[in-house]
Amino acid sequence: MNRKQRKNLLRIILAAALLIGLHFVEVTGAERFILYMAPYLIVGYDILIKAGRGIKNLQALDENFLMAVATAGAIALAIYSGSGDYTEAVAIMLFYQIGEWFQSYAIGRSRENISALMDIRPDYANVENLGRLEQVDPSEIETGTVIVIQPGEKVPIDGVVIDGASTLNTSALTGESLPRNVQAGDEILSGCINLNGVLRVRTTKLFDESTASKILDLVENASSRKSHSENFITKFARIYTPVVVGSAVALAVIPSLLFGNFETWLYRALIFLVISCPCALVISIPLTFFAGLGGASRAGILIKGSNFLETLSKVKTVVMDKTGTLTRGIFEVDAVHPISTNCISENPTEARQLLHYSAHVEKYSTHPIATSLRNAYHAENDGCTVENVEELAGLGIRAEVNGNVIHVGNDKLMEKIGAAWKPCDRVGTIIHVAINGEYAGHVVIADKLKPRAKKSVEELYRLGVNRIVMLTGDIKKVAAKVAGDLGIGEYYAELLPAQKVEQLEKILSEKSFAVAFVGDGINDAPVLARADIGIAMGALGADAAIEAADVVLMDDDPLKISRAIDAGDCQGKYLFRDRRESFVSGAGRSRNCKHVVRNFRRRGSYDSGGTERSSCAVGVRNFSTSRSFKITQQIRNSGRMYVALAVSE
Amino acid sequence: MRKNYKIDVDCANCASKMEAAANDTAGVKNAVVNFMTLKMQVEFEDGADAKEVMSRVRENCKRVESDCEIFI
Repeated sequence: MNRKQRKNLLRIILAAALLIGLHFVEVTGAERFILYMAPYLIVGYDILIKAGRGIKNLQALDENFLMAVATAGAIALAIYSGSGDYTEAVAIMLFYQIGEWFQSYAIGRSRENISALMDIRPDYANVENLGRLEQVDPSEIETGTVIVIQPGEKVPIDGVVIDGASTLNTSALTGESLPRNVQAGDEILSGCINLNGVLRVRTTKLFDESTASKILDLVENASSRKSHSENFITKFARIYTPVVVGSAVALAVIPSLLFGNFETWLYRALIFLVISCPCALVISIPLTFFAGLGGASRAGILIKGSNFLETLSKVKTVVMDKTGTLTRGIFEVDAVHPISTNCISENPTEARQLLHYSAHVEKYSTHPIATSLRNAYHAENDGCTVENVEELAGLGIRAEVNGNVIHVGNDKLMEKIGAAWKPCDRVGTIIHVAINGEYAGHVVIADKLKPRAKKSVEELYRLGVNRIVMLTGDIKKVAAKVAGDLGIGEYYAELLPAQKVEQLEKILSEKSFAVAFVGDGINDAPVLARADIGIAMGALGADAAIEAADVVLMDDDPLKISRAIDAGDCQGKYLFRDRRESFVSGAGRSRNCKHVVRNFRRRGSYDSGGTERSSCAVGVRNFSTSRSFKITQQIRNSGRMYVALAVSE
Repeated sequence: MRKNYKIDVDCANCASKMEAAANDTAGVKNAVVNFMTLKMQVEFEDGADAKEVMSRVRENCKRVESDCEIFI
């Protein structure tokens, strides 16, 4: 509770006590008027001042004005009819202020909740100075400085571990709950939390360019890109109050001219004014979006604007890049086929021998294929002699291992040295090995599917996506295999970046629904920008892709694609209901109290529906933050309703 | 040039009024008010003096919503 809230609470209590006290005082005429004006002014003076100031500044038609007119009308009626019943006017003001107070309190709470959700900004960094640790503002640290991160602290700046080993909680960045182990030589990203060991880290970036700062920047600016519904509501609010006031005047004047009974119709017009406040409507949408964006970012999905959240819910076609999106983009040894096994079964001893030779030959190469061969053969430092390594461009490598001449390379190399090579029916890059000119077999190297790629495709179909297309620069054979494995019906292979854009445009022109493109690399940037929604993978890597994309998946988990779309979907549904509710409650359902109870129950059931985890992860979180707010909003409206009913009866 | 300012305002409708008022101020190219984070992001026109423009923005905002505050 801040100072303003405390002050307003005091005013409310004081006015309520006075009102109750006055109930037992028997006075009439002018004295009664003066006595009742005390609680009225205590609780409503700021509203009256604001209304007056609004008129002076030609900004009259806001809710202060509505309240001022309604209460002044009630007082006028009390004097006019001679009943001297000022309780109505005071009660309206009182209930209005109670509603305002609850609203301000609830918004403050959800604001705190949401900022806590996104609080990954590190406050300080430890720098060693003459053997002592000093806490320094991270923005003052230059690239290349060595910082110390102690257990329980946030990693302030991106860097490379030079000393120490520890486990990092990366959930703030990736939404992944599994901690990651790091040791000397590993790169670490700011925003992670160091769990156990002490780490000494050499920074590789400035604070402002570090991951945590970039993410916060993205999220904070996200809600400034407004969605269609937000824009709609802003425009709507502008004409709303004038329309309400106009209708109230019409309600007071027209029927009473036709049927007489001016007093009753004026009462009704006042009721109408009281229950029509624009604020519920205006807040409902940004709050829902904001909570949604915050929730998504905690799940490792960064959405760059409310408008994208809205578009996500309309996605019916998903176009995906292959390498790095569906597959890991890292080559691995898929199979080892010594000549004796004839490509069917593997003979472990001979296979090991084959890997042994090929790993040694590729010892000094930096080619990705060489790396994958070395990774597959762990016991590389086994004392074998590797000599006379010769790289044959476009063919492979020749080297002498323990005196044997080994050739490792493609089929052309085998033909050149006259080895009788055999083709393989596996899909991937085939590396042939010849020992002393004799063909010994081959190693198949392939890019592996990401573990959850298949599940992601299934989820997308389940969510109502009716077309999934794969675009890739890879050869047809590989594309066909990947598409087949994942159950993707449509694919286009051997595409250059420009051709990817062309293909996407063709898809865009065929569809009336939104098309999402998912990609990772720099080569995907133009396509990401062109699609209705660009979703970037590899967020922690390719900057160009992040820049171009509208949604960024913090870890490269393809399952997050469906989560993101789902988030948009949920948001859309809730949004619609929120909007409807604010209309309904604003427009004055007579049994509003019941409405609150039912809403509460309904929402309770949504929360328990959280077992359907993915579908409403965002929705549920959204509600847990906005629930308290919404309910007070309802209470507030029911308060008004109560007053309105009391007045009308 | 773009700058972020912390603001204080009570209701969402008032925030959107502030936004409109800020956008109508000379020297402001584009202003966005984020009610949930209580921040105003102002993009100034080239050559505008941020301090001087912001004092006028505050004046205009106070006119439409007397209860608001911009921390310049």
